[in-house]
This record gives sequence, C-alpha cells and structure tokens, in this order.
Amino acid sequence: MEFKLPENDLTLMLPEIFLFIWALWVFTFDLLTRRKKESAVGYMAMAGLLITGGILAVTGGGCGFGTMFFNDATAIFFKMIFLGAAFMAIGSSFGITKQKIVNHRGEFFGLMLLSTVGMMFLSSSNELLSLYIGLELTTIPLFILAAFFKDDKLSVEAGIKYFVIGAFSSALLLYGLSFLYGLSGSTELVQLKINMAVINLHLEQIGLILVLAIVLVVAGIGFKLALPPFHQWAPDVYEGSPTPVAAFLSVGSKAAGLVAFAKIFVNGLFVFYGPEAAPADWGKLVGFVAVLAMVIGNVVAIRQSNIKRMLAYSSIAQAGYIMIGMVSMNEHGMASVAYYIFAYMFANMGAFAAVAIFEDKTGSCQIESYRGLSRTSPLLAISLALFLLSLAGIPPLAGFLAKYKVFAAAIAMATQNPSYNWLYWLVGVGLLTAVFSLFYYANVIKQMFFWSEDSPYRIRFSPPALAVILIGVVGILLFGIVPEPILKFAAEVYASFGIVPF
Amino acid sequence: MLSSLVFVPLAGMILVMLIPKDKIQAIRWTSVIVSLVPMLVSFWITWDYFFNHSGTSAMAYVEGPYSWIPSLNIQYYLGVDGISVPMLFLTGLLSTVSLLASFNITNRVKEYFAFFLLLEAGMMGVFVALDFFLFYVFWEIMLVPMYFLIGVWGGPRKEYAAIKFFLYTLFGSIFMLVSILILYFTSEPHTLNMMALLDHGPTMGHTLQMICFIFFFIAFAIKVPVWPFHTWLPDAHVEAPTAVSVILAGVLLKMGTYAMLRINWPMFPQVLRELSFWIALLGVIAIIYGALVSMAQKDLKKLVAYSSVSHMGYCMMALGAFTSVGAIAGCMFQMVSHGLITGALFLLVGVIYDRAHTREIAAFGGLGAKIPVYTGIMVLFSMAALGLPGMSGFVAEFMIFVGAFSGLNKIMVGISVLGVVLGATYMLRMVQRVFLGEFNMAKWGGLTDINAREIIAVAPLAVLTIAIGVYPKPLADLMQATLEHLVNLMAR
Repeated sequence: MEFKLPENDLTLMLPEIFLFIWALWVFTFDLLTRRKKESAVGYMAMAGLLITGGILAVTGGGCGFGTMFFNDATAIFFKMIFLGAAFMAIGSSFGITKQKIVNHRGEFFGLMLLSTVGMMFLSSSNELLSLYIGLELTTIPLFILAAFFKDDKLSVEAGIKYFVIGAFSSALLLYGLSFLYGLSGSTELVQLKINMAVINLHLEQIGLILVLAIVLVVAGIGFKLALPPFHQWAPDVYEGSPTPVAAFLSVGSKAAGLVAFAKIFVNGLFVFYGPEAAPADWGKLVGFVAVLAMVIGNVVAIRQSNIKRMLAYSSIAQAGYIMIGMVSMNEHGMASVAYYIFAYMFANMGAFAAVAIFEDKTGSCQIESYRGLSRTSPLLAISLALFLLSLAGIPPLAGFLAKYKVFAAAIAMATQNPSYNWLYWLVGVGLLTAVFSLFYYANVIKQMFFWSEDSPYRIRFSPPALAVILIGVVGILLFGIVPEPILKFAAEVYASFGIVPF
Repeated sequence: MLSSLVFVPLAGMILVMLIPKDKIQAIRWTSVIVSLVPMLVSFWITWDYFFNHSGTSAMAYVEGPYSWIPSLNIQYYLGVDGISVPMLFLTGLLSTVSLLASFNITNRVKEYFAFFLLLEAGMMGVFVALDFFLFYVFWEIMLVPMYFLIGVWGGPRKEYAAIKFFLYTLFGSIFMLVSILILYFTSEPHTLNMMALLDHGPTMGHTLQMICFIFFFIAFAIKVPVWPFHTWLPDAHVEAPTAVSVILAGVLLKMGTYAMLRINWPMFPQVLRELSFWIALLGVIAIIYGALVSMAQKDLKKLVAYSSVSHMGYCMMALGAFTSVGAIAGCMFQMVSHGLITGALFLLVGVIYDRAHTREIAAFGGLGAKIPVYTGIMVLFSMAALGLPGMSGFVAEFMIFVGAFSGLNKIMVGISVLGVVLGATYMLRMVQRVFLGEFNMAKWGGLTDINAREIIAVAPLAVLTIAIGVYPKPLADLMQATLEHLVNLMAR
C-alpha cells in the first residue's frame, strides 16, 4: 500500500506548523545576527503570533487525521487565548531581555513560542496520547523558561521545583490515563465515552480502578493547574521565574490544563458525573478541590508581601472559580469556563505585565514599594488597579461577568435538579471568598493611591509594554461592557463539547 | 432622558480627566457645571412627573427594554415611578451641593472630582435601573469611587474606614447576587426584568422565597444600615471628607430602603407578612440605640452619624408596617427629609471643622455670639432633625407613627416614640454646648463666619426642609398612586 500524506489534514494543522517553524526561525535569526538585534527578535516573535492568529482565522474548523485532530470551537477559542497570552507575555518581557538575558533572547522567545505550539496542539487533540504529548510540549519549554535567570538562586530553584513537580505530575497523569485506556479499550475520547457508558452498567466490579484513575488524573492535572492540595509549588515558582514567564504560567499553562481537564472529564468521563455514579462521581471531588482552591488561595494571598506571590495565590483561587463552571454540567458550564479564562487572560496578563514593568525599573516586587505610584506613574497605577478590580470581580469589568456566569451556571444546575444542591454551597463559598479576595487586591490599590507622598519611581513604558497594558485595559473594559460576541463564541465551545452522552 | 442622568456625569468624569491637573479652578467648575445637567434634568423630571404622570403607578420615561447581552437575557431597561423620582431629585440636588462644598479640597483635585462624578453616575443608575443586572452593576460601580474618596481624602483612620465600607457592602452584595440568580433561573422564561419578576416572586416555593427575601434584605440592610449591620457607618462617616459624608448620608443610605421598596417588599409579600414584626423591631432597636449612642458622642460628626442610624430606624419601622399607605409614605418622607437635613448637618459640621480643625463638642462653647449666621443655620437644622413641627422631619415622623400605630404592635410604636425625646436631648445638648455658654476668646477669637459659597450650598436644603414641612401635599401627591400600587402588591 502506498503511503500518502493527508494534505487536507495538514492544512488544518497549518497554524501549529507555521508557529513551530517560526519558533525555530526565531532561534536561528538571533544566532545569525550574532545576538546584536536588540528588540527585533521580540518583535519577530510577536509578529509570528499575529500571523498564526491570521492563519487560524483563515483555516477555520474541521477534523483531521482520523478523529485525532479537531479544530472545533473549543480548539479555536482556546488557541485564541494561548496566542493572546503569549503575545502579552512576550510584549512585557522586553525589559528583561534588554537588561538581564542579553545573550539568550532568541531562546527565550523561541521557547515561549514552542510552549504555545504545545498548548495549541493540546487544545486540538481529541485523544489521550496526543493530549499528553501536547501537555508535555507545553511544560518542557516552561521548565527552562522558569530557570532562565541562571545566576539567580531563586530562578534556578523555581526551575528545578517546577521540573520535579511537573515530571511527577506527568507520571501521575500518565498512570491515570493508562487505567482509563485499560478500562475502555480506547484512547480516542468519543469512543472512550461510549465504552465507559457501557461499563457504567457494572460499576460495582470495576469501581475501585475507576476511582483510582479519576483520582490520579485529577491529581496529575491538579498539579499543572496548581489546584490545592497540589498547589505548593506555584508561589515559589512564580516568585523565582522571570515575571513574564510567571504570567504565561498563570494564564497560558493554566488554560492548557483546563482544556485537558475538560476533554478528559467533561467529555470522556461524562457518564461518571452526578450522584448516581458515586463513588466514581468526579463532580463532587472536583467541587471539593475547587472549595480548597478558593479558600486557600484567597486566604493565604492576604498575608503576602510580595506581589508575585500574591498573584500566584490569587491565580490559585481563580482556578477554583473556573472549576465551579467546570462541574456545572449544563449549557452554561463550559461556556462560563471559556468566558472566564478569556476575561482572566486580559486581567491577569495585564497585572503581571504591570508588575514586570515596575520590576524592570525598580527591581522590587514588594507590595510596599508600590507606595505613591499613582502620583508619579498614573497610567501604570490606574491600569494595575483596573486589572486587580477585574480579578476581584467588580462590575462593569470583564472579571465580574465571568464570575457572574460561573455562579449562574452552578445555580442553574442546582435549581434544575435537586440532587445537585451541593452546588449552592460551592457558590456560597465562591462568593464569600470573593469578598476576601477584595481585601488583598484593594491592599495594592491602597498602596498605590492612598499614600500622600510621591513614589521615588517614575515608570516609563517601552512601546510593546504600553501595547500590552492597553490591550489588557481595553480587553477588560470592552468585553465587560460588550461581551455578546465572546459569549456567543463561548456558547459554541459548549456545543462543540456535545455534552449529551452519545 | 433617564440615560442622560447616568451618562452625563460619566462623560463629565472623562472630561475632567482630560483637564491638566494644575488647572484647579477649571476642574472644579467643570464638574459643577457638568453636575448641573443631571440636577436640572432631575428637577424637570420631578416637575413633569408631578403634573403628567403622578396619576398612575406605571413607569414613566421608560427606556427600553433594549437587549444588552442577549445570551444572558440582560437588558438595558430604565424607568421611574413615584418612589424613584424623589430619590432622583435628592441625588441631583445633593450631588451639585456637595461638589460646591468640595472646593476646599486642595490635594489631588482632579482625581477627587473625577471620582465624584463617577459616584454620581452610579447613584443615578441605581434609582433608574429596572433590570436586575443593570441595577447590580450600578450598585457595585459606586463602591469603587467611594472607596477612593474615603481612602484618599479621608481623616486619620481613612484606610480602615475605606476598606471596611468596601468589604461590608460587597459582603451584602454577594447575597443579592445569589437571590438575583435564583430569581432568574426559577422564572420562566428566564428574565432579569424587575417588572416581570414582580409577578414571578410570589409563585415561587416558600423556602426559596424566604431565602431570596432574607438575602436581599441582608444586602439592603447593610446599606441602610439597619442595626446590627451599622458598624461601618460611623467609621465611614467620620473619616470621609465633608462632601462625601453628605452623599453617604443623603443618598447612599436611601438606596437600601429604596431597594427594599422596589424589590424585596412587593416581590415576596408572603414572606414579608411573616417577618414584618421582626423588621419593625430592628427598626425600633435602631431608633433607640442610635439615639442613645448619639447622646454619648464627643465628636460632632459622630453624633450626626449615629443620629442617621436612629433616623433610618424610623424608615425600617415604617417598612415593617407595610399594610398602610401612610406608613410607607412616611418612610419616603423620612428618606427625603433625612437626606436634606443630615446632608445639611454634615455640610455645617464640615464648615466648622475647616475653620477650627476640630470637631470635639467640648472644645467649643458660646460660638453663637461670634458666628451668628452659622449658628442660626445650624440651630435651624438641629431643630429640623429633632422633629420640630413646620419642618420636614416632623411630617415624616408623624406620618410614620400614625401609619405604624394601626399596623404594628402598639407597645413597640410607643417605645419608638421615645426616640423623638432622645433625639431632642442629644440635639439640644449639642446646641447648648457648642453655641451657648462661655465663649473662649483666646482659642476661637479668630473664627470667621460661614461664607457665601457655603450658604449657597446649604440654602436650597433649608428652603426644601421648610417647604416640605409647611406644605407636604405636593410630595405626597407625587407618590400617592405608586404607593397605593405597591401596597396592593404587598397585600397579595
């Protein structure tokens, strides 16, 4: 039989292929120019992301390589988020490439792009193995990026920590996935779902293995998402790694973990949701993890004096809110997850970008050093305040609508079906901890605005940094006030998940 | 028409932000002129509503419902009736008055006025929104400028007071959010339209009604503030700059009672019947407690702040007697009257504080001879606050007592009347210790009397206080049809 390369399928994968080649080109370009071109490498990486976005828009949806590669609404939506997050991360790293990592610019930007390729690949894969490969391609460049300040103890520690935890969690995940394969006889998610539904009939015999598989996968992805009790690495890694990398970790890699989670649980293990599937009911397990995330993230964040650690705990809590949407398995659930992560991208990338810009100038990440900033650098102070208020969920910023949608999804589920009453408690915890969260977000705002003396620092923006901040501000305002187009798209994400069992 | 109330201040905020920050006079006058627009619009609405719309309970000047976020059934829907028109009037007037009173702010002027205009936009929005989501957005949007206004320009404990206010109110709001979502998902078809949900509320299961009612009540009670949710109020009032205290007392507190009348009461009448005794009891406790604590205050501003707790207690007691149109009308009168009187009292306390740099009652004495105009105005409003006949406070309290006596436990109403006596005690004692007695020439010899700008700011409040006190009929007529409709809804 003659081997034929499936050409149509390759067109479908064109954005990934292009970005991959572009990443290699970024490496090479930096070498060819003898690392002389100061910002050209960075601009080139940003341009690559824009072109990839354009190609993504042109190629459109479809299904290729059998059923292994889907370019459905979910994939496109999340690819948009990955590209956006990478764009904003690269835009905010011009300061450090100028000052600190002069000799490795190409590697820095190239690895960022490679990690993005992994995320994009992951969000398209519809099969356990390629899902796992995508996840690895996402995280391995990030190990290097976390340790990029080679002379800085904290950064190296962050890299090692992230590497060890990442490898460990990958192993857990792989172990869990192998159980799922063993139970269902398929790595293909739709087939797995069908086979699992049949298995559901005699749950008593295989229940234990199924529970083990679910716990392992939750733990494996929980590590990647920094969901408690698997969150301990996140603050240390965020604190040590270069700030744009921490930003990318907190948005890009979190979104990637969420896609993987949604694909395995919301799609593959659909039938094991709900009280009738107990003890293999993953809904309650994840709900419990979400409660832990919201409580631990928001309470511990209050005590932080380093803004990067604070944002780390805040992003742990934000993942908890997203999980509320994830366990609300109705037409609002996945749509709310998609919208949440979209709004979260603008606010969190923006906040980290502001922190990065401040750090480039002052070298400090202490919240106290933000004192009086509104008087000397009003633009930075106002935009950081807006990002934090959006994260806290104050209307009319996008972060509010995101929380609204997540809680709405849970309450819709609970009012429709009395056996999901526990979702009310989830919403209760979510809302209460949201009030706590305001305390530490407002603390930063307090330092910036309430101080009556001028800050000793006067922050100037480089063009790409300014662009990132403006994208963030426009994003949270625009999509908070005119969210309809994105909400429509997010609703398609739900539709493409096909949450009906077959 | 109604949109302009919200968007003109918002546009004004952007305009103010564009002015260079050292052009202080330009910033001040731009904000005042901008705020004249919503003020005049609200006056015109009051006038026109009185003559053309007050005969029916239907919403007037309706805008929408336009679809805002169709996939979540969120609408842009504005309208006013007899209970929102007086509140709009009050908001429009007090905003301009407090902007005029803010000219003594010299630190970070631009930010101050920008935040103030944002605050005004939010307040106007709350009183005109008829969609729950929109209502919630306006309700929350106000917190941010308020947080800054207290936190940046406040007194010594400003940071504590600002975050306490923010957290307290946000804590209340989350309860409201849960109720809104429950209402939304139990209604068929799903809607956030307040008017449509008025009919849906009573058809819900009893437990859900109870949950929704209590959750809404917590959210609004914190804003009022009803005892025991009142502890943010003295802190916020005392630390806030003068003009912000005026807005807090004059408008923000009214939002709580307004929202109860607009949402809680007509939407869940069955639960209301079961709980009305306890609500009125909370009101009576607030009346007595607020008055007693007022008596013990050494600081002028704290005294006025606690008297607010007492005065808003009358509103709560009246709301407990929901069967009587008179009591509800009394509640509305009290809201308007308290807005005028307490707003003026805060302004006047600010006037003396600007000059003397202290608000301690014991530090003064015999000021009557030195600053006679100020003394006259202050005594006028003190009399109004203690409910002297001929002024609006008396009308309101009288209506509340008459209405409540028929609808509530008579012993409870009897106890609440004690509040009037206590009110007279703390007000008169304050007047005596500040304005009468020995004058300390060495200390206060250089004190100057109230100036023209400050008189202009406080004069409209004085005129309205007396006008309503002497001839309350127009205000009563304006609300009559709406209140009858509301009482009918509550009797379901």
